Amino acid sequence: MKNKLITSLLGAALCLAPQVQADAVKVGMITTLSGGGSGLGVDVRDGFMLAINNANNADLEVVIEDDGRKPALAVQIADKMIQKDKVDILTGIIWSNLAMAVVPSSVNQGVLYLSPNAGPSALAGKGCHKNYFNVAWQNDNLHEAMGNYANGADHNNSFILAPNYPAGKDALTGYKRFYTGSLAGELYTKLGQTDYAAEIAQIRASGADSVYFFLPGGMGISFMKQYTQAGMTTPVMGPAFSFDQGILQAVGKSALGVRNSSQWNKDLDNAANKTFVADFESAYGRLPSLYASQGYDTANLILSAMQTTDISDKDAFRAALKSAQFDSVRGNFRFGNNQHPIQDIYVREVVMQGDVLTNKIIGVGLKDHQDAYAVDCAL
Amino acid sequence: MDVILFLEQCLNGLQLGIMLFLMAAGLTLIFGVMGLINLAHGSLYMIGAFACAAVATWSGSFALGLLASLVCAAAAGALIEVGVMRRLYQRDHLDQVLATFALILMCSEAMRWLFGSFPLYLDVPEVFYGAIDLFGVLQYSRYRLFIIVLGLLTAVGIYLLISKTRVGMRIRAGAADRQMTAALGINISLLFTLVFALGAALAGFAGALVGSIQSVEVGMGEPVLILAFVVVVIGGIGSIRGALIGALIVGMVDTLGRGYLPQLLQLVLDPAVANTLGAALASIAIYLLMILILIFKPQGLFPAHG
Repeated sequence: MKNKLITSLLGAALCLAPQVQADAVKVGMITTLSGGGSGLGVDVRDGFMLAINNANNADLEVVIEDDGRKPALAVQIADKMIQKDKVDILTGIIWSNLAMAVVPSSVNQGVLYLSPNAGPSALAGKGCHKNYFNVAWQNDNLHEAMGNYANGADHNNSFILAPNYPAGKDALTGYKRFYTGSLAGELYTKLGQTDYAAEIAQIRASGADSVYFFLPGGMGISFMKQYTQAGMTTPVMGPAFSFDQGILQAVGKSALGVRNSSQWNKDLDNAANKTFVADFESAYGRLPSLYASQGYDTANLILSAMQTTDISDKDAFRAALKSAQFDSVRGNFRFGNNQHPIQDIYVREVVMQGDVLTNKIIGVGLKDHQDAYAVDCAL
Repeated sequence: MDVILFLEQCLNGLQLGIMLFLMAAGLTLIFGVMGLINLAHGSLYMIGAFACAAVATWSGSFALGLLASLVCAAAAGALIEVGVMRRLYQRDHLDQVLATFALILMCSEAMRWLFGSFPLYLDVPEVFYGAIDLFGVLQYSRYRLFIIVLGLLTAVGIYLLISKTRVGMRIRAGAADRQMTAALGINISLLFTLVFALGAALAGFAGALVGSIQSVEVGMGEPVLILAFVVVVIGGIGSIRGALIGALIVGMVDTLGRGYLPQLLQLVLDPAVANTLGAALASIAIYLLMILILIFKPQGLFPAHG
């Protein structure tokens, strides 16, 4: 009799438990906070937490862990966050290879994933998923915009180079998708390569009228320094990743005048962006980067969905996310059918403001742009 | 094939070889004399680059930065030798690998704690900017020429130190027979601290020189460490001469591979395939070379104690 009572009490308690947690949303952030490339993760985290702290919503809880840029570690953390911490939403991953290791299995377990950075093509086309949202861009987008811009800027003999790995190939494919001129050369370098003397010699000999490169992180810093130190003057273009606020100071004056494509810049004229830039500077004492803006937008997207729906109703919550009813720091922002952004991509130029290197917008690369894979997505 | 481009690529190969020699010399010196595998060599390289960047930014003088890289890396090396390595000489290589691997993690986190997660600014001085006319036909980067000259001077300096001075004689004696040298009244532990600090200073110096044309960031030492090990293994572990020649061979093979393999493959293959395959082959060329050399000369090209 007594046993029966306890069982039924337990049963009642179990039934009640989800009700108690229902309105609280738990977010797990897996990002790179140590080792090479940790600057990106730190920026995403800081941007994300800035929005969370500003909103001061007691129903939102965030747990943050460092993946050290290691896919195996990221998978472990994701498993732990899903099974032990019972998170509703995962976010934070910077690198495409880590995203590919974590995202498919997580979204299949019913967890929502909001990407603040990586946008591999495999998750945008046939592999799209109702639980997967990309708040940043599809990987090809910035390169496509630069290719389109090159046509208008009278560049018709580009030399293009990228590391020999999937995102590198996507980058050059993206550039070529819109670029209509001829190619003076196309090179794939080793991932993590630090010396570019051989490549720069080939560029010099090729007679190119412009250079487009995608070399993320330290590779881009090395390339730009060596390029100008070798006395090269052929105009250089790249995606925002190599000319971002976090690494511009390390590239130094070699970066001056370089044009790069980005979906965001700190001089974008909208109220949300002005608040973001001012708050970020006063909170952290440095200028925000595009990674920080992506983290900030991701957090605001979650907060906007929480205002109208409850996480316990997954379908409604997903619909609220997809409607993207938040003030993006990018201005125009909406999701396409594959839950990747449709947005404007700008062209910026590196300038010196006072004694700080930064970017200013000089044009639009692609207006209201959707990625090329969306047509393959069944959503 | 364009002759001028080929000449320029050969110079690039020479320069990469010299850079690799600077990185590998300290590693092979420490192994040859002390029989110690030091995985933390890459961390000392990083410490040198960070010291140079910090001091050059603070003082505005690149020369002071270079000096700081030597001093800081040597000091860190001496500290590591006295604090950790001294206990490991009698242990086998696995223990040394484990301990020095731990040092890598500690150094990386310490640097991140001190300098933050973002790459640091370090640029070459204005005089080395731009290209210089060689023989009227060839434009070559001034700073890269400067690295070639400094690297060759360093090689000569190490050679003179080891073979012509009293300290060098003692180092060679210590390498040949540690106990006998100690029995002759030479302070062997002081000598080893000195050698370790010298190897560390070489690593730090390389970090500062190379860091100014690359990216100064946490974790910059590890890729270099792998290359340095390839050079040391090809050249013969423990041999300075082997390190120099191994580094030059690796530099040439890597540069010419990157420059010409895709083009050569285009003669027989479809351009798109040739490009990808060429890039892939070029990036493993030095490892293929290492395998070939080890098949025919398992001790490397110049075995130190043979």
